[in-house]
Amino acid sequence: MSDHQVFTAEQLATMDTIIARYPKSRSAIMPLLHFVQSIDGYVTPRGIESIALKLDLATAEVTAVSTFYTQYKSEPVGEYHVGVCINTLCAVMGGDAIFEAACDQLGIKNHETTKNGKVSLERIECNAACDFAPVVMVNWEFFDNQTPQSVKEMVDDLQNGKPPVPTRGPNTLRTWKENSAVLAGLSDGLANEGVQAGPATLRGLNIAQGQDKK
Amino acid sequence: MTKLTPVLSKNWNDADSFTIANYKKHGGYKALPKALSQTPDEVIALIKESGLRGRGGAGFPTGSKWGFIPQGDNKAHYLVVNADESEPGTCKDMPLLLANPHSLVEGIIIGSYAIRANHAFIYIRGEVVHVVRRLQQAIDDAYAAGLLGKNILNSGFDLEVTLHAGAGAYICGEETALLDSLEGFRGQPRLRPPFPAIAGLYAMPTVVNNVESIASVPAIIDNGNEWFQAMGTEKSKGFTLYSLSGHVSNPGQFEAPLGITLREILELSGGMRPGHQLKFWTPGGSSTPIFTAEHLDVPLDYEAVSAAGSMLGTKALQVFDETTCVVRAALRWSEFYKHESCGKCTPCREGTWWLVQMLEDLEAGRGTEADLDKLLDLCDNIAGRSFCALADGAVAPIISTLKYFRSEYILHQTNGGCPFDPIASTLFETAGA
Amino acid sequence: MTPEQAVVAVETVTAIIDGLEVTVPKGTLIIRAAEQLGVEIPRFCDHPLLAPAGACRQCLVDVEINGRAFPKPQASCTMPVENGMVVKTQLTSEVAAKAQAGIMEFLLINHPLDCPVCDKGGECPLQNQAMSAGRTETRFEGEKRTFEKPINISSQVLLDRERCVLCARCTRFSEEIAGDPFITLNERGALQQVGIYEDQPFESYYSGNTVQICPVGALTGASYRFRARPFDLVSINSACEHCASGCDLRTDMRRGKTLRRLAGDDPKVNQEWNCDKGRWAFKYLTSRERVSTPMIRGADGELHEASWPEAISAAAKGLVSKRTAVLVGGRATVEDAYGYSKFARVALGTNDIDFRARAHSEEESEFLAAVAIDLKTTYADIDTADQVVLLSFEPEEESPIVFLRIHRQVRRRGMSVSTDAPLASRGSKKLKAELITSLTQINGLTSNSVILVGERAAETQGALSAALELSESTGAKLAWIPRRAGERGALQAGAIGNLLPGGRPVSDSAARVDIQTAWGISNLPTVDGRSTSEILHGLGDGSLDAVVIGAVDPFDISADALNQLLNTFVVSLEISHSAITAIADVVLPVAAVVEKSGSFLDWQASARAFEKGVEDAQMRSDVRILSMLADELAAPINLPSVAATAREIESLGKWDGAKPTFAKRSASAALQGEMTLVSWRLLLDLGTLQMGEANLAGTAKHARAHISAGRAAQLGVTESDSVRITSELGSIELPVSIYAMADHLIWVPRNSENSQVIPSLGFTSGAVKVAKI
Repeated sequence: MSDHQVFTAEQLATMDTIIARYPKSRSAIMPLLHFVQSIDGYVTPRGIESIALKLDLATAEVTAVSTFYTQYKSEPVGEYHVGVCINTLCAVMGGDAIFEAACDQLGIKNHETTKNGKVSLERIECNAACDFAPVVMVNWEFFDNQTPQSVKEMVDDLQNGKPPVPTRGPNTLRTWKENSAVLAGLSDGLANEGVQAGPATLRGLNIAQGQDKK
Repeated sequence: MTKLTPVLSKNWNDADSFTIANYKKHGGYKALPKALSQTPDEVIALIKESGLRGRGGAGFPTGSKWGFIPQGDNKAHYLVVNADESEPGTCKDMPLLLANPHSLVEGIIIGSYAIRANHAFIYIRGEVVHVVRRLQQAIDDAYAAGLLGKNILNSGFDLEVTLHAGAGAYICGEETALLDSLEGFRGQPRLRPPFPAIAGLYAMPTVVNNVESIASVPAIIDNGNEWFQAMGTEKSKGFTLYSLSGHVSNPGQFEAPLGITLREILELSGGMRPGHQLKFWTPGGSSTPIFTAEHLDVPLDYEAVSAAGSMLGTKALQVFDETTCVVRAALRWSEFYKHESCGKCTPCREGTWWLVQMLEDLEAGRGTEADLDKLLDLCDNIAGRSFCALADGAVAPIISTLKYFRSEYILHQTNGGCPFDPIASTLFETAGA
Repeated sequence: MTPEQAVVAVETVTAIIDGLEVTVPKGTLIIRAAEQLGVEIPRFCDHPLLAPAGACRQCLVDVEINGRAFPKPQASCTMPVENGMVVKTQLTSEVAAKAQAGIMEFLLINHPLDCPVCDKGGECPLQNQAMSAGRTETRFEGEKRTFEKPINISSQVLLDRERCVLCARCTRFSEEIAGDPFITLNERGALQQVGIYEDQPFESYYSGNTVQICPVGALTGASYRFRARPFDLVSINSACEHCASGCDLRTDMRRGKTLRRLAGDDPKVNQEWNCDKGRWAFKYLTSRERVSTPMIRGADGELHEASWPEAISAAAKGLVSKRTAVLVGGRATVEDAYGYSKFARVALGTNDIDFRARAHSEEESEFLAAVAIDLKTTYADIDTADQVVLLSFEPEEESPIVFLRIHRQVRRRGMSVSTDAPLASRGSKKLKAELITSLTQINGLTSNSVILVGERAAETQGALSAALELSESTGAKLAWIPRRAGERGALQAGAIGNLLPGGRPVSDSAARVDIQTAWGISNLPTVDGRSTSEILHGLGDGSLDAVVIGAVDPFDISADALNQLLNTFVVSLEISHSAITAIADVVLPVAAVVEKSGSFLDWQASARAFEKGVEDAQMRSDVRILSMLADELAAPINLPSVAATAREIESLGKWDGAKPTFAKRSASAALQGEMTLVSWRLLLDLGTLQMGEANLAGTAKHARAHISAGRAAQLGVTESDSVRITSELGSIELPVSIYAMADHLIWVPRNSENSQVIPSLGFTSGAVKVAKI
């Protein structure tokens, strides 16, 4: 790796703090890959080489890990990465139609990014929000109870620099890189923002409280 | 009518339910000093006696799992929390952690104390950034409050907790794959033996527990086994989160005693979406064989669901009405398993590849009745032949949909394609979109 | 029963497999136990020397223990046999047979039907097992997975991902055995595939083993690709001629031509592995540089082809009543070395013979005669050692199977290793070796520890003495490991000035009488002979007139070695044209290993005999030629064949009389100078026997000068710069790598592209000047 490709001293120091969380350094490979994505947007060669160097691994070993997990991208994705759940329940309840609508509106297909680099699209598997189906994730923030129309508007807003607010998430939608840093374990101080729970989450509790009143 | 029993969800209506202050206001962190005043073995015995069973799907008794950890071996022990909730239909742990992360943190401290672990890890799926924020804050706040770190509550017990975000791999919900992933490898299942209790994380004795299992511990310690055992059925004690989704009027989380039925939950929540009838449902995620309307009164506990031919799993009640094509459902689930197969073993890797192609043909009306027998034969060559249970899950939707809806598969052939209108099954169709 | 077998009773377990009782050591896997009964359970991922994977699932069997049946068939490659176990394989269980057939079907759905053009065809486990357990017609009507057809994962190894069954033998070998995880499983699920990181090819010294253990044609070697069908090949057992590790090899030939070499299975030595040099460096046999007929230098100064009688006669004429010495080189077989040894004594009447075509010393000569000749340390000692100390020895570069055996113990049980190397080479890192600068830093050396001393110890005064002292004071077992395959055998054969065959000291009259009697001669020279450097010096200063040289590269000895031969009569016995044949008066072509039989002694002094693979009247073993020459000189040595030679060596036996003494030397003062050059040879370099194999050469390490960070800063260089290293003789220029090492040292490879230390700088270690270019 030639010198000009290396991360900044500050970034390298952050890598060391991530490594220090674990009894064995190799465990840090996943947060380090998230961290590389927070800087470069995807898993770059310099990211792989730096991690290999930091963890005393062969570059092939880092590649083996990065290509196993779908959240690590080998190509750049958009500033806003839109994931439409197409697992059975969401698909049946509208996910398929939503995905088609998003493709049409953006003029791109699965795993593609708009030319301006703003929005990319991915068919995603179940994201643990089935009681809010159909579900769309943007930069891995929840957008619950979507329709084709709502998603068309959403991707327009993303293209136009007016990112919509997640249903259960912070008050402003953060970029792909910013959220990758959170996944690397670097706090952005936004934990207190947003609702504590969506309506479906509270359904049973509210019924129970009604039962108690009876 | 069974009464719902909000325990983990009791404070969720408070806007600040995820804060340490709110958790404490509702009695949180009261169980911890009680646990720390007992010996670790007493805590293990108490949880064993309570009858708490794993809420992640398999239902293994939590206290027994803790008891497998060798004591006095002078080795590092680890508690690893499986927060990789990814089984299709399963959506209980993420809202729990979003709304009430401290119940997990308190449970981790107690569980770690019991198994004599000084470092715990939470492996959370990576596709839920806001849940990661909330959980990380809860951990940070617990450190600040002296509930984590050195000499917790002057007990002499030390505990570090590390939150580790996954990166999109369903297989990491399998505990040994999770451990490999946490160690920085590809998340592929390990050979057993050795079991994690003997050689788990970093080859040290390790307990891997589901979020809900651990989060349930403080309430059990706090309220006692009598309280806990008053809920549930004979062998399935206590309360749990049921997640209702699909073509129902009011999907959501329902915290109820084990043994409640789907009929009861539907009645409590407002039933199917108006004008539609139940066609099929999963009791515990896509890996559990489907049920139909004839199973509405099966008590949703480990034994009864199993006796009725499925598994309680994660209690993910995905409900589909008569507008849904079962072949499409089976295909879509098969695509999921193909996508998530780790690739290690032949039957899962190659089998799911083949199953998807067959189901695509069947859905498109290109199959024959002989293909259905071939499909079942392939399922027979996959189930029980693979390295881990993922492939068993992969064939469950196929075998069970063929069991109840074979004629619908045949209808695709005679019809020359899918006889269902996909728009009819969407929500916006009825919403008038 | 040998002492080795008389170990503590092993705990055994007894089970029933297919109705037959079998008792095996506890821990034995079902698949192995079944083999003992002659029941072969089909398998792909299973390999006895790799950790169980359970990945392919081909070996599923039905198992019950004490009457309780497992609900599902179990992988017999991962489950150990237990008492009370009843196993039913495909032979007796329909469930197992169907499970196996199902797996076979899955493996084939994505496998291409290119067996007719696949190198593995005819010796392919997948093909064979598909024939025995597969269906005749496929039930798969879908689309097969496709990948780009073979991609180079190194210049030598090609990967065809479509053929791969993802058994992970190759990736597990690379990680577990070689410690080179440069190939990994990438991606996931049905897209999972073996791969490399694009900028780091599969350049492991052991990469060829993955080709050999691949159960399909996914990994192939570039040099054998499309060259032959297995049924056209004739296999012979051979012994590797490249180093003293002592590998058992199988050589596959077609119509007399070597097409490939495979690692043989010797559990005591190379197990089932070998290094890429041993596997692929055999093209020198057919090189254009090969000497094919005897040659005599004419009055015109040129070499001319001659008949054997002409050449032998010319050689004898040149040697008769001359003061002649013998240089054997380190590549001779035991029998050939014995031929040179006897030829020197009987035909030339001299002890001036030396096999050391490399740096050597008087201390070493004494050490070899008094100590090394009797060392009994073996691979098995490494397997059980408490710790291993490496002195002047880089096992991965200089004896790669020794490296694998140490590495296995480091991985298995964290055996500790220390080395006196000036820097942590890649091999040392894999062994987690502790770097020591003084033997006093070694702690806890026990009588169950092993000290491995390399031939480079001769380059440092006192090093061999210190190693012996360390061994004597701790009881640790000592071994001397030369680099070349022939050195240990040549020592045994007495191809050195102070020893006669069988370790008999020249200086011991009883020993001489032994040999005189055996050889039927009345006297033997009584004075210890000269060493290689003394012989060259003698040839240069006129105290010697002639020399018989077998397979010596003068630049392995010194920069001016060749000059000292210029005015003498030189008889060269050679495989290929070289710097020596270029000045020789008579050149006698000799057989390479496949063209003769013979044996090598490995570093343990264990013999490995090999058979002749090719009948070629032109190519004779050195010993036969020497015997002809001795006859011509009227001083017969009576060694008409390799077999006769072997019998004579056998009948001589070993010396059991008094040993010569070894006077320990103290360490010499450190070299003075701004910087000191240190070096060793890399496994893959410009060695003569590696010629003609470009694919192999492509995987060699690039030469780089290693310096410390402090020195780099002082020189103002980074890893993107180069330096010039200068001695009084000349200089070399190399790019820089920064290592943790002493500031005053600079390391370079000894005989690599752009880094030929002896001809360029005149020495292998010494004071140099270093400057940024």
